[in-house]
Amino acid sequence: MASENKQPKTNDQKRKTKPFMTSENQQKLEKMALKVREHIVRLSTDGGCFTGASLSCADLLVYLYSELLNVRPDNLQDPNRDYLFLSKGHDVPALYGTFVELGFIDKARLDQHLSTDDHIYWHPNRNVPGVEFHSGSLGHLPSVALGVAMDCKMRGQDNKIIVITGDGELNEGTVWESLLVASAHKINNLTLVVDRNHFQANVATEDLIPLEPMAPKFEAFGCEVRRIDGHDFAQLEDAFAALPFSDSKPSVIICDTVRGRGLPSIEARADRWFCNFSADEIEELLKELHSQVATTLTSETLTVR
Amino acid sequence: MNYEELIKQTALADERIVVMTAENRALIRNLPAVLGPRFIDTGITEQTLIGAAAGLALRGRVPVVHALATFLTLRAFEFIRTDVGIGKLPVKLSGFVPGFLSDGNGPTHQAIEDVSLMRGIPGMTVFAPADEADMVAMLPAIWASPQPAYLRVNTRPGTYEHAPFEIGKAEIVAEGTDITIITYGMLFEQTLVARELLQAQGKSVGLINLRSLKPIDEAALLDVVRRGSLIVTVEDHFITGGLYSILAEILLRHQLTARVLPLALEERWYRPGCLSAVLEYEGFTGHHIARRITEHLGESAQAIAEGPAVLENEFAE
Repeated sequence: MASENKQPKTNDQKRKTKPFMTSENQQKLEKMALKVREHIVRLSTDGGCFTGASLSCADLLVYLYSELLNVRPDNLQDPNRDYLFLSKGHDVPALYGTFVELGFIDKARLDQHLSTDDHIYWHPNRNVPGVEFHSGSLGHLPSVALGVAMDCKMRGQDNKIIVITGDGELNEGTVWESLLVASAHKINNLTLVVDRNHFQANVATEDLIPLEPMAPKFEAFGCEVRRIDGHDFAQLEDAFAALPFSDSKPSVIICDTVRGRGLPSIEARADRWFCNFSADEIEELLKELHSQVATTLTSETLTVR
Repeated sequence: MNYEELIKQTALADERIVVMTAENRALIRNLPAVLGPRFIDTGITEQTLIGAAAGLALRGRVPVVHALATFLTLRAFEFIRTDVGIGKLPVKLSGFVPGFLSDGNGPTHQAIEDVSLMRGIPGMTVFAPADEADMVAMLPAIWASPQPAYLRVNTRPGTYEHAPFEIGKAEIVAEGTDITIITYGMLFEQTLVARELLQAQGKSVGLINLRSLKPIDEAALLDVVRRGSLIVTVEDHFITGGLYSILAEILLRHQLTARVLPLALEERWYRPGCLSAVLEYEGFTGHHIARRITEHLGESAQAIAEGPAVLENEFAE
């Protein structure tokens, strides 16, 4: 099973001595995550977006960009920056919402969603500052991130290379192929994070292609694994501050999350992956984010894939 | 100078070059000791190979990537298209044993749709040298270009002295008024033979070694069309999507027509065997090419002489 022991760290001593997350900090992150969820809800109309998959990932992205990653609007060309690759590209509303809150992009760009005047569409692309690489086709960015991690290692850097996959994405053999290669080459600056929201497009993962037990699978592929609650900022801090987990192995962090987290009316539902709500429903859902009282949705559920 | 020597010299002079392979080391077997961490073998993982190459290219490297042409262009096609193509990254693909060069392997290993697939990717460039000397002449420009590139690796020894290479320029070996043979890659040596055999029959025969399939030397092809000879496209590729298609696209774009005889593989994989046997069976020796052209002209091919024996392939895999 996933190791609960903290591995001794070989670099990044600053992180090692950083105190555990204060409640003040936690409140700040919760506030930001709520704003990011508002962006996600607002993008879920006029064509819609992958709402459920974005809401599960929002806390993770807020934590990473606010607390962990050495990536800011002013160092996006710095070769020593940390890298985040969003391999489950369909949760891009969570990424762009985070980018708005941290000043990477103007909020006005989100109003251009699905307009050909801009590049804000259902999957990430490098026309948006902060996006390291385009994604959308699942199972690609673990290998792209591997290449970046190999180069950073070759150049003796100690930056972090993080790639976020979905759990359904683990169906793709190339995720496992790239981990096999990463562990063979002892690429310990690479961290694969799984947004384990328990659903793939239309079906619960365990009802289609069961993934559990998940941690031993990654361990068998030569990775050092931790499993945490991906909505708990203190647990996120505890796990990510311990990177790299090993001197010689890639790290894996499985984040147990809830699809649709923050909207009780769509939480943990197989039929609310991609949503295209009416304007009235958006208003109700924005209230729901704050009240946590489920609203009544009348728009049809969509099976878009 | 051979392929390995060229890549070694290039990599030692340019830190950006990273040599990668999906465990196909035949051409680059001595490089691990020379390049150290800049030699990356990912094992039998063509998709991860390409994804990692894209990542290295994002960091400013120029990965020169090796795998068998079939598995590179087919297994990893979507990675090439999506990571290298959409990313517009300077990843240089070296496809080993393309076309007839995978002689005895059988249809699993026959890359005879590679030109079609690779040229369909926006921004991708496609090259097919006639022999090793041609390849060594072509590669410095291909590797120096900022564009992604696919190369049909060809290490066969040649006898023809090639002109300097320029991306997008064909090598006009000879001009002819009766027949013009247009070809690329390893069949160049057989078309040289075919040309001699036809000349011996009193024909005026032109020959073009295309070298660069994308960008294509459109001016050279249009020039041949306007001269009005029979055009013979010769390729170890499916008839769909290769040179015959490229020529047809150019003709239509210019609202032109021409007399064209395509010699290519139609709707089937080729019969596996030793290279000489494959060329014999499939009708692609110099002798067969000359006969097929003569018969197409409605003339007797009885007098066409036998050509020299086909040199067998050096590599099985």
